[in-house]
Amino acid sequence: MGNGTELGRVRGLGSAHEGEESWMQQRYTAVGNLLLVGYFVISILLLPDLGYGSVRTWISHPVPAIALALLVVNVFWHARLGLREMIDDYVHDDGNKFAAFLLINFAAAGGMAFGLLSILKLAIGGGAA
Amino acid sequence: MAERPLSPHLFDGPRLHWKWGPHMLVSILHRVTGDGMAFVALPVLLWWLGALAAGPEAYATFQHQASTWYGMVILVGISWAFFNHMSSGIRHFVLDVGAGYEIHTNKRWSVATTLIGIALTAAFWAAVIWL
Repeated sequence: MGNGTELGRVRGLGSAHEGEESWMQQRYTAVGNLLLVGYFVISILLLPDLGYGSVRTWISHPVPAIALALLVVNVFWHARLGLREMIDDYVHDDGNKFAAFLLINFAAAGGMAFGLLSILKLAIGGGAA
Repeated sequence: MAERPLSPHLFDGPRLHWKWGPHMLVSILHRVTGDGMAFVALPVLLWWLGALAAGPEAYATFQHQASTWYGMVILVGISWAFFNHMSSGIRHFVLDVGAGYEIHTNKRWSVATTLIGIALTAAFWAAVIWL
């Protein structure tokens, strides 16, 4: 291994040996989204109407509440990985990349927490208020 | 360090390096719909859940905004983004196992995924209206 050009220094090292896990997670959460968003879309279509009472009653049942909670976790994780991929491609300055990743992590965690708390309140709070 | 091209290297000034094709359309649409949903669909989902949790008045505000013309544009846009991203995502799974790279097959499925995304969006709204 030489100490000349950047290419010369990395040639022969093989892959970075990291990144595979997030690539796999993007696929796992994609399958999860297929199931969970599919369930969500079909449920929305089958509800008699989308008024407060109908939706509220639907979400206060255990299966829809659990499915929606899983959906929130799954989509935010999938979105976090997708946004990171975009930043990896378009933001090349290390400092800016760190700031963007930080922002995405915070936003994803915040969104997930807000969504879960809302569902918890609906599920624990019982029927229509 | 010398300025070297970085991946993805698309443009030489305003000129695109590559000849346009359906595989490029499906690729960029996958990214645009995915990242677009992260910025638009997820906030709308949280607003919907938050409004439900907050009570009938907050939910009525959400419903009112959703039924305006711009609300409908956003909702139809979100549904198209989802169905497009879903069908091109399934195409990704096929490519991940190493299938579908032959040029004509690739071109055919690139066109098909884009059309399937539009067809599913239309079917979804037809179901919303008639179900």
